[in-house]
Amino acid sequence: MNAGPNVPGTVPLLQARGLNKRYGRVTALDHADFDLYQGEILAVIGDNGAGKSSLIRALSGALVPDAGEIKLAGKPVAFRSPLDAQAAGIETVYQTLALSPSLSIADNMFLGRELRRPGALGTFCRMLDRKAMQRIAREKLTELGLMTVQSINQRVETLSGGQRQGVAVARAAAFGSRVVIMDEPTAALGVKESRRVLDLILDVRARGVSVVLISHNMPHVFEIADRIHIHRLGRRLTVIDPKAYTMSDAVAFMTGARAPIDVAA
Amino acid sequence: MTDIGTSRPAAQAFELVLDKGESRVVEFEVRARSPLQKLQHFLHANPTAVPAIVLLLGVAAFGFTVGPRFLSMFNLSLIIQQVTIIGVIGAAQTLIVITAGIDLSVGAIMVLCSVIMGKLAVTMGLPAPIALLVGVGAGAGCGVLNGTLVTRLKLPPFIVTLGTWSIFFALNLWYSASETLRSQEVAKIAPLLQALGTPVNVLGARFTYGSFFMLGLVALIWFVLNRTAFGRHLYAVGDDPDAARLAGIRTDRILFSVYVIAGVICALGAWALIGRIGSISPQAGQTANLDSITAVVVGGASLFGGRGSIIGTLIGALIVGVFRNGLALSDVDVLWQEFAVGWLIIIAVALDQWIRKVSA
Repeated sequence: MNAGPNVPGTVPLLQARGLNKRYGRVTALDHADFDLYQGEILAVIGDNGAGKSSLIRALSGALVPDAGEIKLAGKPVAFRSPLDAQAAGIETVYQTLALSPSLSIADNMFLGRELRRPGALGTFCRMLDRKAMQRIAREKLTELGLMTVQSINQRVETLSGGQRQGVAVARAAAFGSRVVIMDEPTAALGVKESRRVLDLILDVRARGVSVVLISHNMPHVFEIADRIHIHRLGRRLTVIDPKAYTMSDAVAFMTGARAPIDVAA
Repeated sequence: MTDIGTSRPAAQAFELVLDKGESRVVEFEVRARSPLQKLQHFLHANPTAVPAIVLLLGVAAFGFTVGPRFLSMFNLSLIIQQVTIIGVIGAAQTLIVITAGIDLSVGAIMVLCSVIMGKLAVTMGLPAPIALLVGVGAGAGCGVLNGTLVTRLKLPPFIVTLGTWSIFFALNLWYSASETLRSQEVAKIAPLLQALGTPVNVLGARFTYGSFFMLGLVALIWFVLNRTAFGRHLYAVGDDPDAARLAGIRTDRILFSVYVIAGVICALGAWALIGRIGSISPQAGQTANLDSITAVVVGGASLFGGRGSIIGTLIGALIVGVFRNGLALSDVDVLWQEFAVGWLIIIAVALDQWIRKVSA
């Protein structure tokens, strides 16, 4: 299996050091560190409430940490909103999917980055290029092979849970030029659709884009991850090589049943 | 447990059977639906169909009972004149309701702006275009206050605009000293303020510039809602603000601007109001607040946000106008007109709830 070009010594593509976030008395992030290398699939696992979601929300701009530093390709960045992260080439599939039910599939794919008509209609009337958006959205969904939909103009609220997840995944894969973060991307999918998403993740990596995969599905994690980041109590406990450890080891680490020997993969 | 599948596509043991499984990805089951379910689906897909049908039924019913007095071109165009103000204010209300908000201060903003326009142009003798511009600026200012309170202090729009309704209305009484500027005075000193009341006769129908102004505004807002990113974002913010924010929409900026735009539209409504009634009174347009909400709701918009159309609101305003006019021509007491409008609202919302329950 391709271990990815995460040669020790290279500069991580996305790096975080000492991220802190508190909500009143609750500490969501407690000096959390994070390293993602170019072209790798990094799985992030952890118990419920370990702070995985807070970590990825900080990396995707949805949460502004109280303290800590995030570097993209070695340069410090400060994401104040998801828009900043998107502009930097970081796309996220949230657990909640972040879709707008009453808008169409095409509208949702381009939400926040709509294409405008060329010429005066677009510049002065700010008119949308609906045809182009519909065409691209259809292409992306077909490429993904996740599903057949009746029409690209179907409202998202008329789609099944799995189809909605497909739209969200397609959106992230289509626009993520550097990093695609996926929070439980297969949670609502059947066996076959999950397989397609895993294939898609491998395709995304093949394009040189790094993937962060948050999942509770250990077989999936061990199958496709190049490295596994284990999150516990708001911080990175360790990073393991899936070929050197078993799923039971990983579960023991993340639940605190066993302490890892300090070996960062 | 360490054996990691290396071959695609079936990498997990339990997935090996997939090849033997069905290859169809998804198919839409064609279920036999009862006529009622079919209707529900049709209405779900075409939200303006309900108000359009109600409007046609209303016109037909009054045409049948009242006769040519109701169906004459003159009377039908009169209804359009009568709904000009509700149409304009309803347009502002539609934008707010789509974002899951509500603006109770629209009527007060309109009256305040009309008083400012009148006072500046008629009493103080400023050039009318300047008075108009200042009035529009005042409307925008009212919107800035509403928008700031909603987006900065995160107060519910209902509470914010309930408060600013009283505030704007009090300012209006203070600034006008509770005095009405008579129509003749306005016509003599600042005829521009009454320009939207200028009648236009077409084939026995009698429109005013105000009617065309309202239709133009509706067309413009239709374009913005359906053909620009801003319009799509309004729906997204009303539908699910968190999802919109995560998708990269600056939700606060959208919300703030929608209140400012509503304020500006209300100021334009003030201009139409002066054209409609001629005089400028701090007590005018008292019913515009609730009438605008009625038009929006009867027009099929959902007060929970994310759903609604400007064409629906126009039709909603026309429905209210048709009922009021038709009942008046039938010599029905005003109180029964109010009674009928009340039921219209309740039926419209009940219908909205039923349509929302559509099984996908």
